[in-house]
Amino acid sequence: MPSNPITTEERTLPVTESKEHITSPSLKGNASELRDLEAGLDNLQSDTGRKAGIEWKRVLLPVAALVVLILAWQFYVSLEFKRRDLVPGPLDVLTQFVTMWGEGKVQEAVWTSLQRGVIGFLISVVIATPVGLILAQVAPLRRAFGPLISGLQVLPSVAWVPAAIIWFGLTDATVYFVVFMGAIPSIINGLISGVDQIPPQYRSVGTVLGANRLQMALQIVLPAALPGYIGGLKQGWAFSWRSLMAAEIIAVGGTIGFGLGSLLDQGRLLSDMTIVMSAILLILFVGILIELLVFGPIEKRLLQRRGLLAGSSR
Amino acid sequence: MPVVLENLGKRFGDGAPVLDDVNATIAQGEFVALLGASGCGKSTLLNIMAGLEKPTSGALEVPSDGAAFMFQDASLFPWLTARGNIELALQLADKTSTKAGRRERASELLELVHLGGAGDKRPHELSGGMRQRVALARSLAQDRQLLLMDEPFAALDAITRDLLHDELERIWKETGRTIVFVTHNVREAVRLGQRVLLLSSRPGRVVAEWEVTEEHRTDAGRAGELTGVITRRLREEIRRHAK
Repeated sequence: MPSNPITTEERTLPVTESKEHITSPSLKGNASELRDLEAGLDNLQSDTGRKAGIEWKRVLLPVAALVVLILAWQFYVSLEFKRRDLVPGPLDVLTQFVTMWGEGKVQEAVWTSLQRGVIGFLISVVIATPVGLILAQVAPLRRAFGPLISGLQVLPSVAWVPAAIIWFGLTDATVYFVVFMGAIPSIINGLISGVDQIPPQYRSVGTVLGANRLQMALQIVLPAALPGYIGGLKQGWAFSWRSLMAAEIIAVGGTIGFGLGSLLDQGRLLSDMTIVMSAILLILFVGILIELLVFGPIEKRLLQRRGLLAGSSR
Repeated sequence: MPVVLENLGKRFGDGAPVLDDVNATIAQGEFVALLGASGCGKSTLLNIMAGLEKPTSGALEVPSDGAAFMFQDASLFPWLTARGNIELALQLADKTSTKAGRRERASELLELVHLGGAGDKRPHELSGGMRQRVALARSLAQDRQLLLMDEPFAALDAITRDLLHDELERIWKETGRTIVFVTHNVREAVRLGQRVLLLSSRPGRVVAEWEVTEEHRTDAGRAGELTGVITRRLREEIRRHAK
């Protein structure tokens, strides 16, 4: 044992010490008293679950906002600044919508687009997740490809439509290609920024607990990055949906099915503003629905479970 | 197996050394409090012992299976429940363990830190003291002989800290771990350690050492005296840097 020469003199304690430093060496009390004290503290200091019923404000306020907007629209139309066929009113659009619904056109367009959007998005997730995880974990790869991926995210995916048509013709492959080019970079970026925001302590804990590289990536980095990753997925979905619409407007005919973008283009060809408005509102509506029914609950649950929801204005 | 630090030194880049010529031997099953002012390299020394950082000079002997580590903040993973955090540690420590086995062991560990009923709570639903107890259970789950603790109770209120001192002492006696406990609180060092090592600042070096005997544990006056002596020595050490 390497002995330390300074220590020997310190070990002999002077007995004449002032009494002002007296502290109790330990908390006195019997074991059961201590357990009660501990249990009492635990109950006092930990969160008690607060359960709320249905929050009507959450439902009523957006509905009220919608009603106000439609009334304003109707009011504007009734002032008759523009010809009615250029700016149709809410009722005109509704009538057209009902007619198209009766023909089965609405259902076909929504179903076709939604199917493509969802399939394209899911394939993008499957491709982008491992790529993003590898880029985030391996520094040289990230330095090499990071700027390119960020660049791809800025490049509007519509720019790929002409290339896709030349390569794949007027087929579904064209549509999917454009969706991939829109969604994949944005999911990768979301995952990488999610990984960047992980507190460094988590990795230290992982190392101390003995995690190897794969375990670190799958059991610590990925779940820790989940909030950022979900944000990336949300954006990825938005990019898929937008790219899909763009592709459907430009690439019409061939074996490509009839989607919402095609409906929009048809309205333009027929110079029928009610069809155009119906299509725009449908595209918007599907987008809102996916946010409300899919991403909203997932995100809320995730944040709630991690205790990140308190005080937010959600 | 004892922990031996021999002429250990550490500097970051070309800066002044953080640790210089640190010598200490910690016997198996011993509870050592490592005391020092803020910024004296206590945490760096602990990180080196844990294998998170490499020393720049000197030699160190630690058990081959490494050390368990408890951080100042609990650092529990927020996406797992208290039980999940412990089970993950068990899984990473022993790849061959079964799910049922891990579950049972996690229950035992939760019971050991008196949190039997809180296993399904998430970290944000627990108080600071409860989180540290889960963190303690997690570090025990690693099943390493050496347990390194980096000011684990510094952020807690006084009553909770007193309780956790009792709890840690009890668990130390029950499990027979070797514990190195870093703190800047003299009372805490005297309360917990069998031996108190004082680390100087810039560079960090073990400059003094005191034994805490059974007499100090039972006699408040004696404990107070020792606390006074150590506090004076620590202040002296800090005053050295005034000039």
